[in-house]
Amino acid sequence: MNDLKRMIARRRRIDAIFRVAGILCAAVGILTISALLGFLVYKGVSHLTWSFLTAYPSRFASKSGLLPALVGSLLVMIVTAVLAVPLGIAAAVFLDEYAPKNRLSSFIELNIANLAGVPSIIYGLMALGICVYGFGLGRSILTAGITLALLVLPIIITATREALRSIPQELREASFAQGATRWQTVWYHLLPSSLSGIATGVIIALSRAIGETAPLITIGALSFIAFLPKSPLSAQPPYLSFEWLSSPFTVMPIQIFNWVSRPQSAFHEIAAAAAIVLIILTLGLNAIAMVLRARVRARMQW
Amino acid sequence: MSRLSIELDYPSVHPSSADQSFQASALENDSQLGSGAAALTRCDWKRARLMDRLMGLILGACASVSVLVTAAIVWILFREAFHFFEHVSLREFLTSTEWTPLFANPRYGIAPLALATAVTTFLALLVAIPMGLVIAIYLSEYSGRRSREILKPTLELLSAVPTVVFGYFALLFVTPLLQRVYPSLGGFNMLSAGLVMGIMLIPYVSSLAEEAMHSVPMLLREGAYAVGANKLTTAVRVVIPAALSGIGAACVLAVSRAIGETMIVAIAAGMQPKFTANPAEGAATLTAYIVEVCLGDTPHGSIGYQSLFAAGATLFVMNLGFNMIAHYLRRRFREEY
Repeated sequence: MNDLKRMIARRRRIDAIFRVAGILCAAVGILTISALLGFLVYKGVSHLTWSFLTAYPSRFASKSGLLPALVGSLLVMIVTAVLAVPLGIAAAVFLDEYAPKNRLSSFIELNIANLAGVPSIIYGLMALGICVYGFGLGRSILTAGITLALLVLPIIITATREALRSIPQELREASFAQGATRWQTVWYHLLPSSLSGIATGVIIALSRAIGETAPLITIGALSFIAFLPKSPLSAQPPYLSFEWLSSPFTVMPIQIFNWVSRPQSAFHEIAAAAAIVLIILTLGLNAIAMVLRARVRARMQW
Repeated sequence: MSRLSIELDYPSVHPSSADQSFQASALENDSQLGSGAAALTRCDWKRARLMDRLMGLILGACASVSVLVTAAIVWILFREAFHFFEHVSLREFLTSTEWTPLFANPRYGIAPLALATAVTTFLALLVAIPMGLVIAIYLSEYSGRRSREILKPTLELLSAVPTVVFGYFALLFVTPLLQRVYPSLGGFNMLSAGLVMGIMLIPYVSSLAEEAMHSVPMLLREGAYAVGANKLTTAVRVVIPAALSGIGAACVLAVSRAIGETMIVAIAAGMQPKFTANPAEGAATLTAYIVEVCLGDTPHGSIGYQSLFAAGATLFVMNLGFNMIAHYLRRRFREEY
């Protein structure tokens, strides 16, 4: 009887030890992220001023600013979103609502799964060969937007498919019973019902795209840019100009990389300041996505 | 069997010919109401059908973009790599231990780059897989619902941080920290790059493995508890074997991420190709080499430009292999229950 008690106590002890091990491992992850954030703030927060955000890069760390990188990131994100969002949603709708379950559609699915795992730098090499030299688009904002759009396409497709699959079959059947075509069902019922799920996916995709460095280095984004692309709005007709699409550019991650690779520690400090801005953007986008996802789950009472 | 389960989960939605005849009979009812209304409805219906067909084609074209992208990647990588191998023998590529394509006396052995990739990947996995699995077991078997729902997203923040920021952290925080313990450690070293990459990969392993373990039916666990097993024994002897292919997929996916990771190794392990397996030294990985060449001004069509694609193709092939294994494992794990 005592033996049994001792055995039980020993097993409980092993369990308790493992519980502590689990918490410790999770703590290492959380500590790392805290150390990272703390280190960035410690190094960079004193440089994070309004003039830093609105100045151009310079040979002197104290005069350098983030403005071209901020504008570049914004413009590249616009191109990425304009290309990737419609394309990704359309592909997902096709695969879930239109495509017959045959070899072709499972081939496309396998393809998308594989694309999601291709390293981002490979997308950069493809864009270098095809967009920069093949189509002659140059090292421009348009090339960068296309590269990142193709890179995040699988994320948007997967999120949209998940949202579509969570819609119960009865909704589709009710719509068909009213004589609606597949497209009418998709347009009037399925897309509106899955909107917040799709939005979550789009935000995650953009937060990934805004932090990507490697593919943009590969297509040759410049890291020293002391001018802004041409404004998309003009005073003369036709008021809209698309010259900015073919402009050279830099983005925040590339600017950070450039500053980190310099030997002077003053540049490391402004790199930290830029990293704070970048992290606020990516974590902010992720937080929005998380809230949206939680709200979708709470509302979903099919 | 897999076909059946797919059909059960997502019944296909295709208005078959039965639907069409149903729509047609609805129209006949309309025509009894008044010929004008019927004509209008018929016209609308025709337009809607046309629109449906058209959108089907457009959506199909959008879906095939992914196939085009894959084709473009394969084509461009292997075309340029082919040109590369017109200058360089495959033997030299595979057996030489020097990689100096931009030097006056160029050598083209992929081994230094591949070895550095292997070392950093191995170090990263040494951190990510044990820690990721312990966290997965903890989340799935030990923690309550509440703490799981807080811990999991918090850990996933690790994978949301841009890799260039991790590179900065590895170079300027982790390396100096390690140098206090090992003063002989170089400023660029594979050790800190690998460790930071491993921590970045923890959520990839833990989330996927936890999902796999979570989907193991409760009945199996209850069986183990009923014969007196504690939670750890249940996890190790029952849950992990049952979720093995999902856990395997999580680990393989981490491998493929680590191979393709660029910025952390480019910043913290340096960009000098060096044939060494010593983690305390810096060496360029396949990805870091690509970054290094692209930062310079390498003319289009030169051997330096082509060497990019040779390195890229090597990376792509390694990565594709691991992705295929992961895909296969995940499919198996989905079929099990």
